[in-house]
Amino acid sequence: MKFGIVVFPGTWSDRDCYYSVHNICGQEAIYIWHKETDLTGCDCIILPGGFSYGDYLRTGAIARFSPVMEAVAAFSKKGRPVIGICNGFQVLCEAHLLPGVLRQNDHLQYRCQWTYLRTENNATPFTAKCRPGQVLKIPISHYEGRYYADDSVIKELEDAGRVAFRYSTPAGEITTEANPNGALNNIAGIVNKQGNILGLMPHPERSCEDVLGSSDGNIIWESVIASI
Amino acid sequence: MPVSKQQLEEIALSRKEYNLIVSKLGREPTYVELGLFGSLWSEHCGYKHSKALLKMFPGKGKHVLVKAGEENAGVIDIGDGLVIGFKMESHNHPSYIEPYQGAATGVGGIVRDIFTMGLRPIALMNSLRFGPLSEPHNRYLMSGVVGGIAGYGNCLGIADVGGEIYFDECYSGNPLVNAFCLGIGRADGLVRACAYGEGNLVMLVGADTGRDGMHGASGLASRTFEEVRELRSAVQVGNPFMEKLLIEACLELAKTDWIVGMQDCGAAGLTSATVEAAAKGQSGMDIEVQKVPRREKGMTAYEVMLSESQERMVVIVKKGYQHKVKALFDRWELHSDIIGRVTSDGMFTIRDNGRVVAHAPVEVLNTAPVYRFRPQRPAWLDGLQELDLSKIKDVASGDAGQTLLRLLATPNICSKHKVYRQYDHQVGDNTVVLPGSDAAVLRIQETTKAISMVTDGNGRYCYVNPLVGGMIAVAEAARNTACSGARPMAITNCLNFGNPEKNDVYYQLQECIKGMSLACQKLRVPVISGNVSLYNETRGVAIYPTPVVGMVGLIKDVRRHCSSGFKQAGDIVFLLGDPGGDDSIGSSEYLELVHGQVSGSQRIDMEQEKRLHTCLIKAVERGILNSAHDCSDGGLAVALAESCILGNIGFKGALSVRGRLDAALFGEAQSRAVVSVNPGSARKLEELAYRCKVTVTGLGAVHGSRFALKGLLDLPVSELDRAWMNGL
Repeated sequence: MKFGIVVFPGTWSDRDCYYSVHNICGQEAIYIWHKETDLTGCDCIILPGGFSYGDYLRTGAIARFSPVMEAVAAFSKKGRPVIGICNGFQVLCEAHLLPGVLRQNDHLQYRCQWTYLRTENNATPFTAKCRPGQVLKIPISHYEGRYYADDSVIKELEDAGRVAFRYSTPAGEITTEANPNGALNNIAGIVNKQGNILGLMPHPERSCEDVLGSSDGNIIWESVIASI
Repeated sequence: MPVSKQQLEEIALSRKEYNLIVSKLGREPTYVELGLFGSLWSEHCGYKHSKALLKMFPGKGKHVLVKAGEENAGVIDIGDGLVIGFKMESHNHPSYIEPYQGAATGVGGIVRDIFTMGLRPIALMNSLRFGPLSEPHNRYLMSGVVGGIAGYGNCLGIADVGGEIYFDECYSGNPLVNAFCLGIGRADGLVRACAYGEGNLVMLVGADTGRDGMHGASGLASRTFEEVRELRSAVQVGNPFMEKLLIEACLELAKTDWIVGMQDCGAAGLTSATVEAAAKGQSGMDIEVQKVPRREKGMTAYEVMLSESQERMVVIVKKGYQHKVKALFDRWELHSDIIGRVTSDGMFTIRDNGRVVAHAPVEVLNTAPVYRFRPQRPAWLDGLQELDLSKIKDVASGDAGQTLLRLLATPNICSKHKVYRQYDHQVGDNTVVLPGSDAAVLRIQETTKAISMVTDGNGRYCYVNPLVGGMIAVAEAARNTACSGARPMAITNCLNFGNPEKNDVYYQLQECIKGMSLACQKLRVPVISGNVSLYNETRGVAIYPTPVVGMVGLIKDVRRHCSSGFKQAGDIVFLLGDPGGDDSIGSSEYLELVHGQVSGSQRIDMEQEKRLHTCLIKAVERGILNSAHDCSDGGLAVALAESCILGNIGFKGALSVRGRLDAALFGEAQSRAVVSVNPGSARKLEELAYRCKVTVTGLGAVHGSRFALKGLLDLPVSELDRAWMNGL
């Protein structure tokens, strides 16, 4: 299958995404410059991490107006898979393809560290290869990663099983200490109503080989590959 | 043009230097020319006070492709057609005035030095020094500096994998901010900072030029710290997003054959970028300042040439290719303007709307005078190096545990995770050993290799004994890379010193360089780049002489690398190296923390040091070691405790103490490392150590959840962990 990796000015996870889906998972991958609007041939679109347009305004607030985003919206409307990682998640929220926002971490600092994610729903195309409740070791790297939405949205997400991943302890317990940024309900990743758009703050493309400390991120790519 | 004293002071040139300029030009310089000389003949650009001494550094090696001083950074060959380039640079003065932007633009500058050469920056490190955090102003400086490094570096997508932070009163009001960057590329893809070929075009790319950073090189870096308070406008403001675009665009451009050279605008801005490129290409240049896009109206030619506005690059474009180059930058939404052309007359000509405002030989501009001062061994060194052990109370065995906890919690030893977790250290999918171990390890994609890197420098050692301190700076950095299993390849350095015009400071500078050079020769590690920061003093008091070494080593097989934490219960723990005598508490962290004393020189035997490295590297390469951690600040007890904390596991053993207990536990005798091995490999290690002529002493075993040295210490690892993790 073919992954399309969107590159905004300021994106930096593009090369790591390419490396993990192409070199490690053996799939075809192409870069898509943010001004392009033709996604023909792509089976899954990745919006990688970084600081699109420097994130000098709200994170992702400018990138959502890039020409490629209309194409991404159309692509997703056909039910095809889209993954937004870190800044990509922020862009998806700004583009209203996912609900809620990513606010500044509650401790007001950038945070780069390993986190543990408990799989909350393994019935999505992104988590199908996870065991129920499987804990994945995947790192975060962000300043604005505190997932927030109003009560009704949170209730809707929880009721519909749309929380894909929650920050947990290595043993899978959901605790305040395991939450690296103050996200509501320890939310690390969510899916849209149709279940074909995933946004998550942690970086699966960084945990793609044991030599880097974990290869758990590949489970997400492999799930998508199996779903196509 | 008669020149006033005030004018000369503004650009930090002496009357004598002015007269030299007049005699070389055969006339009075114009106003613009004077500005050019002020910058290019500053210490920061011209190394006029240190050049004579820097010649001591060994610079050659069979794997060295670009030597120190030849380009923006030194480059070494790591095989497989790949090369790495690295350099470290100081941004001390700006960081004192405006910590966030000072540190941020320090990162920006060093990153440009690397990608200018066509190398993709993949790793950053920072070596920082502050005054004690008990003073609010020092806390303000540190949080600003760390914030600036994080804010700028994280935006670029370059892994910030380590460094060090030390605190001492001497850095109050004189913080040190040294930034290291390493890049990788193909040997045949290197770009030189060179301008040649008459008619080729000089293109300025990136940010518009403003009045920020005027006199950064000549003014800031040549003044002591209390003078620079007034010079806030000399600090630049960084735009990491623009830098990220420049990285990608310039690396794309480096792959084409459309250019002859590329140079970043660093210290002294457009002036040094163009003059240095012309000098390297033995050509001339003709520049029209009106073509330089500006951020503000009314800027003079002088201001345009000396502005240190950030995120600007000079590209020397082959004639006829300018449209292609411009299209490339347009795609990245970066400005690019042709501001002049390369000439063959060897003259540096600047025009303002056609009118010539400067016209001087490139050679003269680029050749700063070289000064040698009279080094004089300060009389106070004798007293400082003496250590009267009879006046220092040994630690009672019942107090050893409390003393260890105090040491683990002291800011100089404790965990720095509160700092490095703010830096993105994993982007790039290369980081194998994260910050917190002796050295960071990054694998090289699509090969089996990895590189190990570390920064190190102990100002206290250098203050007490500059020669030995200089040697230890290199030795310890190499020891750290050896602990990770890497063969030391080359170093870069930042030399942070006081005012070199003072004889004792010049002596410190000379002795430190001599010591570093001796160590480099012994370990066969060339110096491939570096930077000098002088005038680090406030109210006449200089900082500790603080040379910082950035060391890079090569690991042949990434699967065979090593980190500091103990790995599994049952492993046997050894000390490699000689235990050291009672005087090993000299200039130690223990002596200062517990006895409030800074005195007594450390000693080092470089032969012994080299043998230890050989033993460590072979042991890792043969897969014998499960962990290796060098004994440095806080001595053996701290090294063992840290291996426990990092491995989240206990240790049980014994130590035979012949002399002083404090020296045995907390003495900082050099050339030692704590290692752990599978019980089945213990014999192999002992044999290897014997063959390498390294003393090996069994200490105990990895065991349980307590740190216990029979009859001396017995503490739960969780308590050590709490002290160590919460020190900052």
